Amino acid sequence: MWEYANPKRFMGWTAPVLPWAFGLSAVCLTIGLIWGFFFTPVDFRQGSTVKIIYLHVPSALMAINAWVMMLMASLIWLVRRHHVSALAAKAAAPVGVAMTLIALATGAIWGQPMWGTYWAWDPRLTSFLILFLFYLGYMALWAAIEDPDTAADLTSVLCIVGSVFAFLSRYAVNFWNQGLHQGASLSLDKEKNVADVFYQPLLFAIGGFVILFFALVLLRTRTEIRKRRIGALQRREG
Amino acid sequence: MIPLLRRDLMLATRAGGGFGLALVFFLIVIVLVPFGVGPETDILSRIAPGILWVAALLAALLSLDRIFALDHEDGTLTLIATAPVPLETVAVAKSLVHWITTGLPLTIAAPFLGVLLQLDPAGFAAVAGSLLLGTPALSVIGTFGAALTVGVRRGGLLLSLLVLPLYVPTLIFGAEVARRGVAELELTTPLLMLAGITAGAVALLPFATAAVLRMNLR
Repeated sequence: MWEYANPKRFMGWTAPVLPWAFGLSAVCLTIGLIWGFFFTPVDFRQGSTVKIIYLHVPSALMAINAWVMMLMASLIWLVRRHHVSALAAKAAAPVGVAMTLIALATGAIWGQPMWGTYWAWDPRLTSFLILFLFYLGYMALWAAIEDPDTAADLTSVLCIVGSVFAFLSRYAVNFWNQGLHQGASLSLDKEKNVADVFYQPLLFAIGGFVILFFALVLLRTRTEIRKRRIGALQRREG
Repeated sequence: MIPLLRRDLMLATRAGGGFGLALVFFLIVIVLVPFGVGPETDILSRIAPGILWVAALLAALLSLDRIFALDHEDGTLTLIATAPVPLETVAVAKSLVHWITTGLPLTIAAPFLGVLLQLDPAGFAAVAGSLLLGTPALSVIGTFGAALTVGVRRGGLLLSLLVLPLYVPTLIFGAEVARRGVAELELTTPLLMLAGITAGAVALLPFATAAVLRMNLR
């Protein structure tokens, strides 16, 4: 499996995969969002505002999973020294930030009519804000260090240590303040899920977001590899 | 480790070492708060434990970039790295010096500055105790951040951006201990959590700090 992480092989297999990934995510998102926005009933208490769930839940899910993906890519870089792995972690960070911002923004837009406030210092909201800060720090460290290998090393360690502290913060804020946010909308435990009419289009939206995330990360990783190659060529030319 | 400790302590306390700087900064922040929120006694005494914690955290942050930057600039850090002590020990020594020069004085000063904020005398012990227990974690986490940014010129701002999110759990539990102490509530749970975070950070982070230093010195 590791051979696909060779930069040349990576460029080879991602080129044909990318258009399919973007196409598939567009199809899923179109189905999920149109179905969700126009063909689901309006919630009894929340009215039509409930429909923001089709953006909020998938983006929040991907915001966390993007960090998990960065963590795994960082570990792979530290253990196996695959350059593509480090570049993939670097490429995923801005996408993760965008997802975090979408989750925070859609949550605020929904919160204003429902909770009567754009922002509350609720554990879930607060831990997302902290996650956002972790992303910013991670990206700033990448930007600050010139030598690419040192930058990859340092950001990997930051990602690992940051994961531990992000996890701690997640539970610390629970302790710090009582929540306003409802429990998880989705779980493997079927009993707790949202009603089926909302659930099915939501699955499409989540699928669309997941595939979109992978497509964006692949695209950005390809860009990083090309940037690296241009840098190498320029150094050779003097 | 002992000679390194003595050297760093001496450098910190002699002229230009900035030993008292963190303490003065702490004082100034505490003085500025009433200007910002108004002089009403009840508001001040309610927010006093939290303000003391945030101010102590910022004061600890202020002196972080001195931990490795000067040694890195004049090449001492490379010499230390080649010396027959493991870098993990160096990391512990540097954190310890940072704690002795900032965390410890801040802990001692906090109850006195609490008087300025109308802190209830019943809470003095809790505020000082929570700081005593929490500031070692701040120093160790900060040393890790300083090691990350040692190669970055003018890395001070970057350092704060990296370290402040890492401070969140310590701040939450530390301030909670102080708050509950002032309100004379049961404080075992946050106290244990704070102790756990400090113990974990002190035990594990020096390894990360040493690893990061090795990467930076390569």
